[in-house]
Amino acid sequence: MTVAPQALRRCAAAWRLSGRSPAPPCSCSAVRMATFRHKNAKRIEGLDKNVWVAFTSVAADPTVVNLGQGYPDVPPPSYVKEGLAQAARVDRMNQYTRGFGHPSLVKALSQVYGTVCGRQLDPFKEILVTVGGYGSLFSCMQALVDEGDEVIIIEPFFDCYVPMVRMAGAKPVLIPLRPKSGMKTTSSSADWVLDQEELASKFNSKTKAILINTPNNPLGKIFAREELQAIADLCIKHDTLCFSDEVYEWLVYRGHQHVKIATLPGMWERTVTIGSAGKTFSVTGWKLGWSIGPEHLVRHLQTVWQNTLYTCPTPLQEAVAQGLQKDFQRMGRPDCYFSSLAAELEAKRDRMAGILCSAGMAPVVPEGGYFMIADVTALNQDLSHMQEDEPYDYRFNKWMIKEKKLAGIPMTAFCGDDTKRQFEKYIRFCFIKQDATLDAAEAILKNWSQQTSV
Amino acid sequence: VAPWRVGIQTGNLLITDVSCFTLFQVTMSRQLHARRLEGIDKNIWVEFTQLAADYKAVNLGQGFPDFSPPAFIQEAFCKAVGGGCTMHQYTRAFGHPPLVKILAKFFGRVLGRDIDPWEDILVTVGAYEALFCSFQALIDEGDEVIIIEPFFDCYQPMVKMAGGTAVYVPLRPVSSGMALSSADWILSPEELEGKFTPRTKAIVINTPNNPLGKVFQKEELQVIADLCVKHDVVCISDEVYEWLTYDGAKHVKIASLPGMWERTVTIGSAGKTFSATGWKVGWAVGPRRVMTHLKTVHQNSIYHSATAAQEAVAVGFQREYDCFGTKESYLKQLPEMLHHKRLRLAQCLQSVGLQPILPQGGYFMIADISSLSDAQDEPYDYRFVKWLIKEKGLATIPVSAFYSPEHQKDFQNYIRFCFVKENATLNAAEEILKQWNIRELK
Repeated sequence: MTVAPQALRRCAAAWRLSGRSPAPPCSCSAVRMATFRHKNAKRIEGLDKNVWVAFTSVAADPTVVNLGQGYPDVPPPSYVKEGLAQAARVDRMNQYTRGFGHPSLVKALSQVYGTVCGRQLDPFKEILVTVGGYGSLFSCMQALVDEGDEVIIIEPFFDCYVPMVRMAGAKPVLIPLRPKSGMKTTSSSADWVLDQEELASKFNSKTKAILINTPNNPLGKIFAREELQAIADLCIKHDTLCFSDEVYEWLVYRGHQHVKIATLPGMWERTVTIGSAGKTFSVTGWKLGWSIGPEHLVRHLQTVWQNTLYTCPTPLQEAVAQGLQKDFQRMGRPDCYFSSLAAELEAKRDRMAGILCSAGMAPVVPEGGYFMIADVTALNQDLSHMQEDEPYDYRFNKWMIKEKKLAGIPMTAFCGDDTKRQFEKYIRFCFIKQDATLDAAEAILKNWSQQTSV
Repeated sequence: VAPWRVGIQTGNLLITDVSCFTLFQVTMSRQLHARRLEGIDKNIWVEFTQLAADYKAVNLGQGFPDFSPPAFIQEAFCKAVGGGCTMHQYTRAFGHPPLVKILAKFFGRVLGRDIDPWEDILVTVGAYEALFCSFQALIDEGDEVIIIEPFFDCYQPMVKMAGGTAVYVPLRPVSSGMALSSADWILSPEELEGKFTPRTKAIVINTPNNPLGKVFQKEELQVIADLCVKHDVVCISDEVYEWLTYDGAKHVKIASLPGMWERTVTIGSAGKTFSATGWKVGWAVGPRRVMTHLKTVHQNSIYHSATAAQEAVAVGFQREYDCFGTKESYLKQLPEMLHHKRLRLAQCLQSVGLQPILPQGGYFMIADISSLSDAQDEPYDYRFVKWLIKEKGLATIPVSAFYSPEHQKDFQNYIRFCFVKENATLNAAEEILKQWNIRELK
């Protein structure tokens, strides 16, 4: 192994100090003396790989049309940005605020979600503000999931769920959504369902929680009331918790309704519901999210929080509070951002589906969220010349970035090993993009067959 | 159907109403919280910040400035906020590129080595998260972590949450009576060496120290470094107050000592550097081999830190890089401003019969209240602080909160004051202290 010159000099110095002479040429044993023998803690073993690390730098090439990572390239609403600019000018807003959530923010959250859930929410005991929905997921796992527990995760899942469960020392138990029986191709995310018997079989005495995501990333499925009821029945029967990731809760398209599992009978007491300012106000870079649930659960998340980050940035929380207040006044009206964003995105969704079709892909139109998956089987793209051990969709995505200058995300990043074959013909596309980006994507997709090399 | 009354005995609680019966049915029958939370639920800040707020006390308790951050940094933030779309969306997870680049340059110059912005730096949500990532990445069940007392209170619960065992070694005032400066509080090298065992994974140091204000001298750090090298231990060096040194005391980075770069994680804070604690931007700097593990924790817990704040901190550091060492540098101006506040508070405390320990660095000063003590159950300093808030409207923090359970009883005669406050606040505190004739209490 090569040894840096500084290490060699230090080795020699260390040998001299130790009194042994003469200093040998720097052998491996001498380097080991200066080498740190300790390795990483067991809890992070095998958790270093990450699909985003693999694809974000590749897609950062400005000549590539990036429909990969899920963030808008459209601006956030101006009143939200102005709220932040104003907050930053207030001295007190540049210093620490309340650890579990800035008072004006938790109060605004209790108002909005109290109304949505139809219950009184205690802003100080039933809400925790975290660094993004990510921070809420992490807090749930660390607070409520122990070594030896099992956590049920529905595939396809946002990729961080499995590593977070593993970092808590627990076992992820996966169950896939599948196209309804008899369907060879699916045109809507509603066509993907859970097999009820299969779901029931995943619950046992070790099951601590089930993690659901609705609207779902990457599929865009919105779980219907009956589907949530089936999950709820099992939670109650087996006395498990439910972590409900609802970061895309406002992005619901016409004809569909977002249902909060926490509002079903018997579920409030056992559910932590997660939301995100980043997704609500198109400000993913603000990294603010929240957990809402009963005090006897939230207080454990608060304990985790006070021992991990303790406080979230103040001016950002103040700005989100103001944004929420404003839209709370307008709730139910078309000018409320919660609804207007969905209306704007529906048009982009439909456009995206159309242009994917024109390339010969088969999109699955989502009921919610800002992602769409598309089946690329019909394109019959031969990728046998590429790295054999990678699933087809990883290879396809890399090929597409290189040859077509278009980036998506491979669907198998969102599933476990056992279901890779089921998902490896799908690519995920993000459509919360400005028109110019969609125009550029359209140009590529419409000319697809003309550019494909034989 | 009329609700029927059911009697269910559960422990000492008799539930007799059917609606409660339903509630009981859905309550978890097994332990809810994970075992890693055992014993780490209490928190001094939750208790005392609430008390200070309830009594509207003049707050010299929690450590944050009540004056504004410097104009250039506020402007940088406003500019970032008004910037393009990208300022409001995800940036690079391990640190916004302009920020990691300038941090690498800045600290590379301070340390006299090449720091790789992509491999050797992790930007975190405050120094707090950098500490969390360090412990989670490196501490396993059964590992020992040496903590020097008094310590910033979060170190102990973080070690515990990582399954580690905290081993304490206290700074002690040299010979009784005249320990009037934080420099007079020292470690015994023999006592320190005795704390290292084959299970020792890491030692945490904090210089300048909170709450004492001690700035470890090079010789003192060398003793620690020698032990780290001898026992092959990681050093987690919390240097958030690195720019706040007074009376010519010099901040020394333990990572700059021979053999230490490879085994040290150095933690810093934009909040303390630029008087903007509410931005929560911090960083950890260290060798790639160690930083990669902190990154794994970060990517599986928080993943990204807020973009606009990082952009503003990058602009701030670029400015400080360019004017480093000159009188325009905020890193020079801030300690100069605080120097006077520190002296002023010390004089005020002395004049009313309290004995301050003059800090060489940092935000805080502790004062000896043993002249007023008596013996009771709750630690004396806790009782004193609560009394001071309720009766006199002045908020401070009890120093025994920064000690281990086993040493708390030896150090309950000090209270901590934060002097990073605007003059109006210090005036108000002075008023309270002067009116209160402490000698009457004796």
